[in-house]
Amino acid sequence: MSTSHVLLGLLSGGARHGYELKRAHDDRLPQAKPLAFGQVYATLGRLERDGLVEQSGQDRDAGPDRTSYSLTGAGRTRLAEWLAAIESPAPYVTSTLFAKVMVSLLVAGEETTTGYLIAQREAHVARLRELTGIKTARGASAGDVVAADYAIAHLDADLRWLQTTLLRVAELNQEVNS
Amino acid sequence: MTALLQGAALHRRYGRTPALRGVDMEVAEGEIVAVTGPSGCGKSTLLHCLAGLLKVDSGGVSYRGQDLGSLSEAARSRLRRTEFGVLFQFGQLVPELTAVENVALPLLLAGSRRRQARKVAGEWLDRFGVAELADKLPGAMSGGQQQRCATARSLVTEPRVLFADEPTGALDVLTGERVLSEIVHVARERSMAVVLVTHEPQIAAYADREIALRDGVVDPSGLGLRMPA
Ligand SMILES: Nc1ncnc2c1ncn2[C@@H]1O[C@H](COP(=O)(O)OP(=O)(O)O)[C@@H](O)[C@H]1O
Ligand SMILES: [Mg+2]
Repeated sequence: MSTSHVLLGLLSGGARHGYELKRAHDDRLPQAKPLAFGQVYATLGRLERDGLVEQSGQDRDAGPDRTSYSLTGAGRTRLAEWLAAIESPAPYVTSTLFAKVMVSLLVAGEETTTGYLIAQREAHVARLRELTGIKTARGASAGDVVAADYAIAHLDADLRWLQTTLLRVAELNQEVNS
Repeated sequence: MTALLQGAALHRRYGRTPALRGVDMEVAEGEIVAVTGPSGCGKSTLLHCLAGLLKVDSGGVSYRGQDLGSLSEAARSRLRRTEFGVLFQFGQLVPELTAVENVALPLLLAGSRRRQARKVAGEWLDRFGVAELADKLPGAMSGGQQQRCATARSLVTEPRVLFADEPTGALDVLTGERVLSEIVHVARERSMAVVLVTHEPQIAAYADREIALRDGVVDPSGLGLRMPA
């Protein structure tokens, strides 16, 4: 997922200031990492350079956060293309975990790798519990629940992978270090 | 502080098959503990022993510091009726009784008046979203509806500990979530402890803590992988 596409989407309802975009982003995607203001402005700058957004107003007495941006026609097209594009079904988080396990076996050996896998699993389990708590909380909105579901399903897949990899770590070690 | 429920050095075999080979565990008041592990590792046996439904060969289970093994059968059965609730994967409702009669049954056995028992039972059915099934027989309900009734029945006496063995194993995801969330809310409201047996990480995540079993012993890594020597 790219932040620039999400910002384009958030601008589709009309012009907004950078700080409004940050707030809307963090509200709409509560499980995502909150956006830093710097990242918002840097992204807007790139989008403006590429002709996808334009400045549509500036309050008189003001710094950069008083500038509002709106979508251009090209921006609208780009947004529509992104929304219609099927993402390649590559598991993005697991690829980091996978790379780390392979490198760890090469560099540090089986015991260290097993220790890492156990600790990583504990972190995943803790997060799974936290997300489940968000869902179970009284007054959780449908948006909270659906966002948590998304993260839970992915964590669950990683967890299963961590668990089976633990069972295969000896075999994998032999292969990697032979 | 003493644990609400404690199992110490629990051993249990079926004929020559060992099911528990020295399990130590504790559950505090109001705590939700998941018991996890692969099929056949001893989860159900542990739950039955903790709930006083099955005798251990050696070791002991104590509730509020009192050894279950030292109680008379009558005292143990009273404890099960008043302090414990049990819920299995397939709710095991009494087929001749309607939903509300099934849920009222534990209250009647504990000495409640019929009218009061039906009223309270109706409230619990409502809490699990099946109030409109009150007068139906189990045979006329779906599996998910039966399980919601069974969950209501397991909670109607306001137990101090709920023992739940794969309670949502036969339910679709959304019904399972609804049942589990409601159990968690009851546990939080009333400081009820829960022993939740499951082999699913997503279900175990409803608990405060996880105890992983592997071949009849507790595996401290939580993975069912690292065996104590
Ligand atoms: N009634 C029984 N008679 C004989 N063996 C049993 C019985 N119940 C369980 N077992 C055996 O005891 C072990 C633990 O079973 P169980 O407690 O049901 O495990 P789990 O609930 O984790 O699947 C298994 O090897 C199982 O085959
Ligand atoms: Mg079982």
